[in-house]
This record gives sequence, C-alpha cells and structure tokens, in this order.
Amino acid sequence: MSPLPKYPKPAVDKGHQGYQLSQAEKTLLSHELAPEGAANPLRDAADRRLPRIAGPCGLVMFGVTGDLSRKKLMPAIYDLANRGLLPPGFALVGFARRDWADQDFAEEVHLAVKEHARTPYREEVWRQLSEGFRFVSGEFGDKQAFMELKDTIDKLDAERGTNGNHAFYLSVPPKFFPGVVEQLHEVGLDQGPEGSWRRVIIEKPFGHDLASARELNAIVDSVFPPKSVFRIDHYLGKETVQNILALRFANEMFEPIWSRDHVDHVQITMAEDIGIGGRAGYYDGIGAARDVIQNHLLQLLALTAMEEPVSFDADAIAAEKTKVLSAIRLPDDLDTYTVRGQYASGWQGGEKVVGYLQEDGISPDSTTDTYAAVKLEVNTRRWAGVPFYLRTGKRLGRRVTEIAVVFKRSPFLPFTPTQTEELGQNALVIRVQPDEGVTVRFGSKVPGTSMEVRDVNMDFAYGEAFTESSPEAYERLILDVLLGDAPLFPRVAEVELGWEVLDPIEEYWDEHGKPEQYTSGTWGPAKADEMLAKDGRSWRRP
Amino acid sequence: MIKHLDSTTSAKIANALIDIRKEAGAATTGAVLTLVIETDERHHYYALRAAREASRAHPSRILVVIPHPEQPFSGLDAEVRVGDEMGPGEAVVMRLNGELAAHADAVVLPLLLPDTPVVTWWPAESPEDPAASALGKLAMRRITDASGTHQPIPVADRLRGYSPGDTDLAWTRCTPWRSMLAAALDQLPATVGSVKVTAEVDNASSTLLAVWLGWRLGVPVTLSTDTGPGITGVHMGTDKGEISLTRPDGMLAVLSMPEQPDRHVALKRRELADLLTEELRRLDVDETYEEVLRHVTEQDAAAIEKMQPTAPQKSTITVTAEPDKGPLGELPKESVEREQELQNLAIDEPLGQAGAKPDDKPSDKPADKAAAKPADGAP
Repeated sequence: MSPLPKYPKPAVDKGHQGYQLSQAEKTLLSHELAPEGAANPLRDAADRRLPRIAGPCGLVMFGVTGDLSRKKLMPAIYDLANRGLLPPGFALVGFARRDWADQDFAEEVHLAVKEHARTPYREEVWRQLSEGFRFVSGEFGDKQAFMELKDTIDKLDAERGTNGNHAFYLSVPPKFFPGVVEQLHEVGLDQGPEGSWRRVIIEKPFGHDLASARELNAIVDSVFPPKSVFRIDHYLGKETVQNILALRFANEMFEPIWSRDHVDHVQITMAEDIGIGGRAGYYDGIGAARDVIQNHLLQLLALTAMEEPVSFDADAIAAEKTKVLSAIRLPDDLDTYTVRGQYASGWQGGEKVVGYLQEDGISPDSTTDTYAAVKLEVNTRRWAGVPFYLRTGKRLGRRVTEIAVVFKRSPFLPFTPTQTEELGQNALVIRVQPDEGVTVRFGSKVPGTSMEVRDVNMDFAYGEAFTESSPEAYERLILDVLLGDAPLFPRVAEVELGWEVLDPIEEYWDEHGKPEQYTSGTWGPAKADEMLAKDGRSWRRP
Repeated sequence: MIKHLDSTTSAKIANALIDIRKEAGAATTGAVLTLVIETDERHHYYALRAAREASRAHPSRILVVIPHPEQPFSGLDAEVRVGDEMGPGEAVVMRLNGELAAHADAVVLPLLLPDTPVVTWWPAESPEDPAASALGKLAMRRITDASGTHQPIPVADRLRGYSPGDTDLAWTRCTPWRSMLAAALDQLPATVGSVKVTAEVDNASSTLLAVWLGWRLGVPVTLSTDTGPGITGVHMGTDKGEISLTRPDGMLAVLSMPEQPDRHVALKRRELADLLTEELRRLDVDETYEEVLRHVTEQDAAAIEKMQPTAPQKSTITVTAEPDKGPLGELPKESVEREQELQNLAIDEPLGQAGAKPDDKPSDKPADKAAAKPADGAP
C-alpha cells in the first residue's frame, strides 16, 4: 500500500479539545486491529467515530447452562452485537452436558437475551448473531466430545470465517479446569493455525489460598502462555471503577490531597442484601473474605492507593497495582483488627429470612464467614499510618459497593464548638454500585441568622453526566478479550499477592474462635463497630 | 409539566425553569450541555422528540427557537416543558415574533447553562456558514442535516461555510458503513484498487462515504445511483478479490469477501435520535469530516453534483447515473418519509402549524458571510 496522500492541515481551533490520544491508544486504533502489522488505510487515530470492532473470531463457552452465563454473558454478547462491536461472522459455541441441538441452544440464548439484555431486542441483529450459534454436548473430560468441538470450530472457520481465532470461556467450577484445559491441549485446540490466536478466560475463584492458586495457574500456564490467559474480575469492567483512575489522574484537585497528609482513613465496602441463595455448595468453606476481599476489595484498594502509572497500558497499570499490593501490611493484633460474622435470622427489609446455619445444605456447625472486615495498612511514603478498612458481607442493610476516602479534620476551626457540632469529617465517596457516581461531603452554613455549620453532600450522578449509558461490565471485558486488550484483567502476580494478604488471616481464624452472629438486615457484627471505635473512628452508613 | 409564557422574557423563562425544578423537589440540574435547535413550525416537534430521546444519554437543556418574522408585533412566546411525556431533561420552545426573530442570540444567551458546552442543531434548513450565524456563534458544535431539507447546501459547497466543530448528520449516517468496511479490511489486509458505491440519488451520505473511501484508499471511486433506500452497497476491488457490503433493504446487509462465506451484518438505517446521540458523544472537532469536505471540494465537485461521468484519476470520484432510475430531481426517499411522518405528527401536535412556509425562518444572507472563516484560507 502506497502511503496516503498528505494534505496540509488547516489551523484548527483546538481550544475545546482537551483530550489527546496517548501513543498506546493511537497504536491500538490504527494498527493493532489489523493482523500482521499491515496498517489498515481506513483506520486513523483522528477518526474517533469508528468503534473498536473485534477481528474475526469465535467464543467457546463451557458451562452455558449456569446462572452467570444466562444472566450476564449471553446478554452481554447480544448487547455487543447490537452495538455493532462484534465482527461479522462471530460464532458462539456452547459446550455442556445437555443433549441439545444447535437450535435448542439458540432457543436458550434467545430466552436469556430477551430477559436480561440491556439494549432493545432487534430481530435483524438476532438473526445475524444466531447464525453463528453451535452446540457441542459432552462431559468436561470426554475426549470424544472435544474432538467434536474441534470439528465444530474447524467448520466455523470455513463457514463463518472465524479465521482460527477463538476464545475459551471457562464458566465452570475450578475443579473442572484441569480436565477442560488438558482436553483442549490433547485435541490440539490450544494452538490455532499460523497467525491466529487462542485465548482462555477464567472466572474467580482463582484458588482458595496461595498454594491452590499457584496450582491452578500452573495448570492453565502449562497449556496457554500468560498473555493468552484473561482472569475476569467483573468489578474492573465497571465504568465507575475505571473512573477511579480518571478521577485521580485526570484532575488537579484530588491528587494533592490524596495522601497521608490529608486522608484520615479509607473505607471500602461491598455489601449484599441477599443470602447465599442456592450456592451453598460453592460458598460453604470459602466464605466472604476469600470470595470478595481477596479479589474485588483488594483490587479496589489497589486502584485507590496506587501511584500514577507511567502510561495507561496494561503493563504500566499492572506494575503500579502490583507495587501497592506488595506494600500491604497486616495489623499485628489480628484478634482486634479482623472480624468475621455469620448472618442470623431476621427481618430483612420486611421479609423474614433464615440464618446462615439454617440454610439448606449448610452444616449447623459451619464456621464459614458471611461477613468479614479487616484493617490493612499500605507501607509507602504516601500512605504510611493511614488505615484501609475493608468489609464485605451478605444479608447486610442494602446492596452497595463504595470507596469512602475520609479526610482529616481541619487543624483549626475559627468557630465555637457549638457552631460546628454537626460538622463531621470531609469525605469523598466513590459509589461503585448501584447509583454509580461520586459524593463529596463537606460542611456548609445552615441558612438562618446564626452561624451553624453542618455536613452536606454534593452529588455527581454517573448515569446523568456520562454521555453514554454505561455498558455492562461483562460487555467491556468480553470485547477486551476478543481485542486482546488486557489493562482491566488482574495478573497472576496480583492474584498471588491477594492470597499472601489473606492467608495469614484465614489461618488465624481457623485456630481462634468462630464467627460472631449478626442479625440479617443490619450492618454486621458488633465487633466490627468496636474495631473502628478502638481507633476512634466509625463505619460510614453506606 | 408544561408552562406557557406569552409575551415573556428570557429572565422569566429562566425563573420558570427553576420554579418547576423546585416544585419537583430536585434542586439541581444534571444537564451536561445546552442543545439549541433552530427550526420552523413544521419540523420542531419531530426535532424536539429526537432531542429529548438523545437526552437520555446526554442530559441537556433543550432550547427550541422558532422564528416568526412575518408576525406584525415583535415579542417572545414560550412553553417550558420539564418532566413531560416526551422524556427526561428540560426543554423550552420559543417563538420569536416580528423583529425579534432576527435576534435569537439575545434570547438564547441568558438561558445557556453555565460552564457547559453548547451545541446548535438545524434539523431542516441551515445557514450557509453555521458558525457565523446568530445561534451558531454561541455554540462549540454545530450540526446540520443535509437530508432534513429538500434543497440542502450541496456537499461540494460545504467547505466554504465550514468551521471546526461543524458536522452534518449525513456524515453520521455513514459511521456504521465506515466501521464495517474498516473491519473488513482488518480481516483481509488487501490492497484496494477500485471502489464502487451505490446509493439512491441525491444522497449526501453516499457522496461523503465515497469521498472518504477515495481519500483513505487513494483510489478512484465510482458513485452510481439506484432506487435506494439510502446507501445500498459498496464494492471494493482488491488484489485478493472483491470485498462487497450490500444492503438492498435498508436493514440487513451482506458482507462478501474472497474465499470466505457470505455473512449477514445488521446495518439498519438509524433513527434521528440515535444519530443525534452519536453526534453529542464527541464535542471536539471531527477532523476526519473536515478532511472529507476538503477532498470533496478539491475533486471535481461538479462531477458529483451534476452526476456526469468524468475520467478516473487518482483519488477522483467518477459518477455514473443510470438513466432508467427515474428523474434525477426526485426527492430523496428519506425526505419523503419524513414529510409524511411530519404530517402525521402535526395532527397530534396542537402547536404544529403544518404548512408553514420554509422561508418563515430568517435565512442568513450569503452577503453576511463575506468574512472569511479560518478554514476557508486553507488549501
């Protein structure tokens, strides 16, 4: 291809153009999408209307009958197609133990899409998408079924032009990983033809402690190279979580106060109002800390506390996150500064619910934690002495995830104590879900003749101010896998560091006492409140 | 809630907006931009409905300006609509009577939201130099619609009145095509030797698409006409065979590539609200659009507009008309459909005065445009 004709650019008024593409973005937009480095003349970094469409490819999904697949993954695939972001000829192969034909599978996806998709249903989109649906029936360790899968994929390459590019989504419990990965290798599905890619997507849990995580990584790594393995932490796909980095590093007004000089402490909360539902088998023995703190909450901590990455590419961000995760220090007194609990029966939001020990499939003497709170410190110059309180639990007051950065009190107040009686500490709260947005809390004069200062909230509602209705996290993550774009996926090192933080706590818990009971619908066990009270602080009611 | 204010002022309108918000219990507005719409009675309901729909993604204060210079007395009548059936956000429809019609900027300026971008949209007729017009001056982004009117400013003449920040919905309509063609070349990195674009007659989008392809690929492009709707196909001859994307029905397209099976692609013609939503997503300069206009002008523009074949040169558009496809002066189908829809709407819409003449609105005289824009000076 001869170089494109160059035309002199006019003097364009760039006054309103605040955002400049980074080199990495330019490269991505102009080159990376074209295979073999041949620049596509129709792509141009300045042409920002053209969306990123994944190249020709297919997705093979193991565990298509699961809840996650029906409620999140299939609707996300339809939404991507509806937004025109999937390549023409995209193929979706389902693999499960059902005795289904392709049409039955399509029917199942159709139901899931109708019920859960975010964007409106459009027949022509569905028609185009459903042409690429295939189903393979079989056990996860059955070589015959995998041979059939290989045939199906080869046929898709011929019929739909997927060009040998396939991603394998393991939406199955980890105990099936070895079987699936081994069989993929056995029948040669881990290697595509020259110039194509194979990727594997795995969901948490990434093990239940450091040793098992390493074992799991070893199994996957034995077949797929590290850059082909995508670990999904769906929190990282959320717009609000990505916005943490924009908020911190695109603005001048937050970063100067984002340190021990001004921050008193940080509270990271992920609360659910539901119980374990039908997940007794998965949940018992795992518990809240392993299920949530090890991955989601530590990732949120890392994004809140990390230093500025040198660029926005995957390596630079992973480097900073890894640094901050490796600087986490546990409190010496694990008895006081870690708390675990179990929900007891109660009236949650007007509905009578049973306690954890009365749930179906849970042994009455189970010591699994459904609530966990820990105090962590980050040993860096920026954060030394600033506690990070992390808590998560089921059957709490309401469903909410948020990061609250609580600032120190003003060193001097030119008011009398009565005038500022109702003034608390300033806070900046990033509401991750629901009602995504940012709240800033500060003091303001109460209207009237006397001088009285009281806390007020200033709200930034994400849904309103952002110019595109937020895509579901899974949409973004699936698209990123198909594009081979990795900044939003935690790396092996991050997973292992997470376990290094949690393992000593779990070991301590195994040897000391048992979880405290808390009434369903409240904000957790009393000991969690005592933990903060000891430091002269209290939990925010989220 | 809809509040009618007759013989009013901008300050009273601003107060009415605040009052309605307070009554609803919401003290602040979440709007991120002000969208000014300058149009006539016939088009205003349709435009407002699309703008309110786009407001779901881009919360806006919408100011609709309808000039009535033919009215004997000058004055301002307004209706303030907040939280009505049309959708979220707040809208004000203002009728500028008599002499006031020529001073729309004075009415709009006090109503702009502080410190947020302003976008002006002309859903039907638009000034020749949008940025120099009274309402265009207030905005950082100006949107016109070549398909919104019977006699749009020819694409080839657009550059003369172009300023950075201008775009046309005809260009927005190309995005799905451009995106799919780019994806096709991602898939098959071939060297393109020739391009043919087919579309219905007088389709501004097809001209822009053809010019964009010619510019980016550096090859001659043939633009031929058929009965539509809209753009019906793009054929690219490459060293590896032909890549074609055809959409005969305006809904579902077929992508054909050498040595690969044909594939269906959903490429539905989009609603006005969707187009506006895409426009409002980016408030910066669309440099690609600007460059395309430059190329339309550089090339033999007459060839496109008069639809006569010219000898192919590098990066030149050749146009071949098929004589059996009806008179060339036929209205674009889209305009006809829209006309019908407008008439239907006028029945439900008490405020619509169907049949108002298009020249009701003060047109910016070309003579006023003598002051050259920065873009004009560039080659």
